[in-house]
Amino acid sequence: MVRGFVLLLLCQLAGEAFSRALALPVPGPVLGLVLLFASLQLYQRVSGTDRAAVGESDVGRVSDGLLQNLALLFVPAGVGVVQHLKLIEDHGLAIAVVLIGSTAITLIVTVLVFLAVARWVDGAAGEAKP
Amino acid sequence: MTAPFNLWVYLSTTPLLWLSITLLAFLAADALSRLTNRNPLANPVLIAVIFVATLLMLTGTDYKVYFNGAQFVHFLLGPATVALALPLYRNWPLVRRNLLPMAAALLVGSATALVSTLAIALAFGLPRDILASLAPKSVTAAVAMAISEQLGGVPALTAVLVISTGIIGAVMVTPLMNAMRIRNFAARGFAVGLVSHGIGTARAFSVDSVAGTFSGIAMGLNAVATALIAPIFLLLM
Repeated sequence: MVRGFVLLLLCQLAGEAFSRALALPVPGPVLGLVLLFASLQLYQRVSGTDRAAVGESDVGRVSDGLLQNLALLFVPAGVGVVQHLKLIEDHGLAIAVVLIGSTAITLIVTVLVFLAVARWVDGAAGEAKP
Repeated sequence: MTAPFNLWVYLSTTPLLWLSITLLAFLAADALSRLTNRNPLANPVLIAVIFVATLLMLTGTDYKVYFNGAQFVHFLLGPATVALALPLYRNWPLVRRNLLPMAAALLVGSATALVSTLAIALAFGLPRDILASLAPKSVTAAVAMAISEQLGGVPALTAVLVISTGIIGAVMVTPLMNAMRIRNFAARGFAVGLVSHGIGTARAFSVDSVAGTFSGIAMGLNAVATALIAPIFLLLM
């Protein structure tokens, strides 16, 4: 358990260090994600183990545990709303329309672009969808 | 009278109390969400935030005091982002087949999120600091706060707008995609991750593991894309 958690922290630490040192626009934890992914890919290539087997490993168990409770981790930042009650009083309606409107538009546009390009790729490859 | 008061004074200054309350509120919220069979409206983050925020207001507790305890939970956002490498690794063969649709959806989706946000906000005549705070609202919290600061926004306000956007997208995505008759869970997951970062990803994982994987990827990619293009769009406005 501890070993898995340490591996996650070290990847994040390396990511933060890279991001700061090179002034990259990519946030540290995202670089950490890339680093861990690359290590896993390398491990898979060398050992030839099944991809599903990673769930049995230390880092697999810790990661699955964190991701199963991902929603919890956003609660402290969300509670920050208590600091902005005055602003919500003044601009709450406008902000709500912005958030809801933009979220709906972006969801629809993104999913349609994804599907259109996926269909085009499938068509180009001459594959019939099952 | 004084004994319970003294106890409160002691407890309210240790991180233990608000850390425990955050976890308990989430357990209760998650139980409610299960009870409604994961109805999107019963979003666990939303319910837990309402519980805790109400309690803070009733007890007149400062957010800083609260965060002193809750920071231990908040801290785990970093390692949890790194942990997204696991589902990515597991589903890599599927992800690789969808690289082109993902690239296209990222570019168009990221720009759409920014333009639609700024356009609607401008139409309402919202002041510029709120505009800058709103711009990175689809990006995962820590990164969005950094972008907001860079644009001249208010990072603490951005954090709240980011969580709100996450909740709205997580509530909206299932009914919307079902109404559009979209059954491609890679596409559904990618869209909700792009719009609603980790909260959308949490929702996506509770529906389908492929959706969760693509959602996590979209969240990571959009953090980078928005950091690159938000300054350009805000200059144009």
